[in-house]
Amino acid sequence: MMLSSLIAVLFLGGIAAWTAERWNPSAPRWIAIGTLALEALLAGSQFAGLDASTTLLSTPSLSSAWLAEVDLPWIPRFGIGFHLAADGLSLLLIALTVLLGFMAASSSWTEIDQRTGFFYFNLLTCLAGTVGVFLAVDLFLFFLFWEVMIVPMYFLISIWGHENRIYAAIKFVIFTQVSSLLMLISIIVLALVHYHATGAFTFDYFVLLNARLDPELSIWLMLGFFIAFTVKLPAVPFHTWLPDAHTQAPTGGSVILAGVLLKTGAYGLLRFVIPLFPDAAHRFAPVALALGVVSVLYAALMAFAQSDFKRLVAYTSVSHMGFILLGAFSWNLLAMQGAVVTMLAHGLSAGALFMIAGSLQHRLHSREFGKMGGLWQVIPQLSAFTLFFIMATLGLPGLGNFVGEFLVLIGVFQANTAAAAVAALALILSPVYALIVIQRAYHGPLQTRPLLADCSVRELASLGLLVAALVWLGLHPQAVLDVSKPALQPWVQNLNAKET
Amino acid sequence: MKLGSLIALAPFLAMTVTAVAAMLAIAVKRNLALINGIAGAGIVISLLLLAPARQQAPAQVTPLLRIDDYALFFIALLLCAGLAVLGLCHDYFKERGGENEELPLLLVTALLGGSVLAASSHFAAFFLGLEILSISLFTLIGYPVNQLRPLEAAIKYLILSGVSSAFLLMGIAFLYAQSGELSFNGMNRFILSQPAMNTVVLSGIVLIVAGLGFKLSLVPFHLWTPDVYEGAPAPVTAFIATVSKGAVFALLLRLFAETGSYAYTPLQPVLGFIAVLSILGGNLLALLQKNVKRLLAYSSIAHMGYLLVAFIAGARIAKPLVVESVGFYLVAYFITTIGAFGVVSVLSSADREAGDIAVYRGLFWRRPWLAGTFTLMLLSLAGIPLTAGFIGKFYIFASGADGKLWGLLAAVIVGSGLGLFYYLRIIVTMSTEEDEGKETELRTMPGEQLSALTLAVLSLLLVWFGILPESLIHSIRAVADIFGK
Repeated sequence: MMLSSLIAVLFLGGIAAWTAERWNPSAPRWIAIGTLALEALLAGSQFAGLDASTTLLSTPSLSSAWLAEVDLPWIPRFGIGFHLAADGLSLLLIALTVLLGFMAASSSWTEIDQRTGFFYFNLLTCLAGTVGVFLAVDLFLFFLFWEVMIVPMYFLISIWGHENRIYAAIKFVIFTQVSSLLMLISIIVLALVHYHATGAFTFDYFVLLNARLDPELSIWLMLGFFIAFTVKLPAVPFHTWLPDAHTQAPTGGSVILAGVLLKTGAYGLLRFVIPLFPDAAHRFAPVALALGVVSVLYAALMAFAQSDFKRLVAYTSVSHMGFILLGAFSWNLLAMQGAVVTMLAHGLSAGALFMIAGSLQHRLHSREFGKMGGLWQVIPQLSAFTLFFIMATLGLPGLGNFVGEFLVLIGVFQANTAAAAVAALALILSPVYALIVIQRAYHGPLQTRPLLADCSVRELASLGLLVAALVWLGLHPQAVLDVSKPALQPWVQNLNAKET
Repeated sequence: MKLGSLIALAPFLAMTVTAVAAMLAIAVKRNLALINGIAGAGIVISLLLLAPARQQAPAQVTPLLRIDDYALFFIALLLCAGLAVLGLCHDYFKERGGENEELPLLLVTALLGGSVLAASSHFAAFFLGLEILSISLFTLIGYPVNQLRPLEAAIKYLILSGVSSAFLLMGIAFLYAQSGELSFNGMNRFILSQPAMNTVVLSGIVLIVAGLGFKLSLVPFHLWTPDVYEGAPAPVTAFIATVSKGAVFALLLRLFAETGSYAYTPLQPVLGFIAVLSILGGNLLALLQKNVKRLLAYSSIAHMGYLLVAFIAGARIAKPLVVESVGFYLVAYFITTIGAFGVVSVLSSADREAGDIAVYRGLFWRRPWLAGTFTLMLLSLAGIPLTAGFIGKFYIFASGADGKLWGLLAAVIVGSGLGLFYYLRIIVTMSTEEDEGKETELRTMPGEQLSALTLAVLSLLLVWFGILPESLIHSIRAVADIFGK
């Protein structure tokens, strides 16, 4: 039941925050922080069980990689169960979710002063949906959480967003919804195939893993999932919703969107596409790798051309997500683990950059580089933080992103030399856009403007925490690799066995 | 007639008695609350009488009506919808001048017509039920006689409904001319005994489908829909959108399942074409609307198209799954549609319907509960999880995928994408700030307890069936079993 409480705490906390607004306008913030703290405790206790993982589960159907499980019947008509399970991969991403939840709450502290209750309700519900996505191992339940996290994000963008928010919010929902309907059809067909073969209806992940599929059908089903996940990831050509959504979202929304929501797409690729359709995915790999390479390069180039701080960071996200696509489809443990590290590192660095963008906008009321310039002289602390996170994004050794990209590139090199070589060009392009940011926003002549306040204690603390996390990830990635390895290894072995 | 048959007919009798009692009461004293009370009590009694009627099921009462679980389920659904609409009507009409007492009476007769449709196993009962329903509806639509739009809508509905009845009669005549049978069972025997395709029968079925297509407002028979929806008083619109369509769909499904019309394969592309046109046409036209009632009208066209996908799948998949899908989808559709029009009805004033989308601006912050209800209903119409609409859409996908109707499913996906766009636009409008100093509040709400109660119950059901659908699925499956395994 621990796992269900991970979801319930966030959801109930959201409702509490909503109702508390009536008593005190600032209460929702504190309730959100309290809820997240409780969530952190709960998630932490799951991590504590990680060492003793081998003996925790007695269910024979599960391999030892799975640490905890909840399985309750829900809609027996279709064999749908309320089935949650956690392995290292889920836990790492939940940890990221909780950490970025704190960051989102922190960066909304002063930015959101209207209807705070409803804001924190949406924020926490969105996180609850995301945690549900990371835990669900019933495909129907997974789909449900997948959809549930979209609606509150829609509200976050459409109510508290910037000037063009309605367009961006509707675009976001339509892209993710339509693609997820393709996934729903794939899920249903998968269950129906299993039903016609065995006479038992089920949507359970572990059962469907063994479903026998016609090779041609499995390609189509795989595509249904793949499109839904790459829209969310996002990869070229499904990425166009992302810059709009990011640019228009409030800071807290951007942090969650970049840090956590995009990771659900990557998680889906690793958790569902590859294990459920190994053969189809393998045949499809060249296309996926090509899409990954194109995403990496195209988005890096596009980032270079932006004049809007948030849009630039949004495009860099697309570029980094391309690495994850490469890692997921290159059929070896190293690359997959690299993808996981990139997911975490990108969550931290992009989250931080969006927070900085939010702080700048709060001070300057603009996101345009043209209106910045020379900021280093007035707000040195914030500028230094920016430099740090920009360096992290471009892959400075010693920080998390470097480890992730490096592992991915090694893995891809073994799978497809050409793809690795071309993707490595991103290592040249990313410094270019990174330096553009520093150059245009922080150096050069100072534009005349009223006095700007430097980092507040709250900003120092939250950004400092992210710095520490990135450095730790960069210097000690083995901890993460150890946790994610048991979760990924079976699929890789499975694939290699099939290949030989 | 045996006692058993009388018990089986008891719900119908109760409705008839209610209509007569209401009429007599109006003759004695005009009092809207009293008549509403009588009508409400009558509907509740009819609902209660469904339980003893179920003891007799399945029973063929006269050659015309078959009282089985399928019929009883849909009658119960129609009656519940009627009760909800009655609640909305009470609040809507009590502040209005004029003699509104006949309105509940008409609602009851319309429900009677709908119930006959759900139970009919004979073309005579089918036609009778349809006419009782339609004639009550013209009057309901045109009830505010001193206003132009309702009258226009009523006339439009009257004429087109007459045309569609003519189509139906022609179709029935074709069938009769060939088979000499008017009961569904006899028709089934005839179709089974035919070695080859009978073109006259096929034309008959196509004519009947066209006639019913008018009632269901499927494209290309949909032209009356937006005008009638816009013109009719909001609670009556809810009634047309649900009771009339639900009853007709229940009949259509029984007609096809029992007469073996699914065997006519040339019908499949025709129906598929109608479904795709309805889904795309309904959604695309809804995109262009600035009036919420017209928008909901077009969206209901699209929803009938979705429903038709499950219906078409009936040719290829097990009948019980089709009945289950259609049943669940209709329940979800009833709840959401009555809820959505209920919100419109609460916001409407005596002189103006709350059609204009500007009325909804800032509703979230003015009347959070009402806006929350509307949001819930719209999300359900869009098929977002945790609402009954999502499970309904799941059923559509499941039966479509089982029947391998990939083209139709693609249309459903495209339609859902378009649908999201206009549903979200309403939600966005409700959450945008109101312009300062501009008063868009249409009326100060004197007392609308009944509407509030209705909306609360509907929202609860919506979420309940969305999160824990098993109980509803279970009862629908019991109904579906009558069509064999």
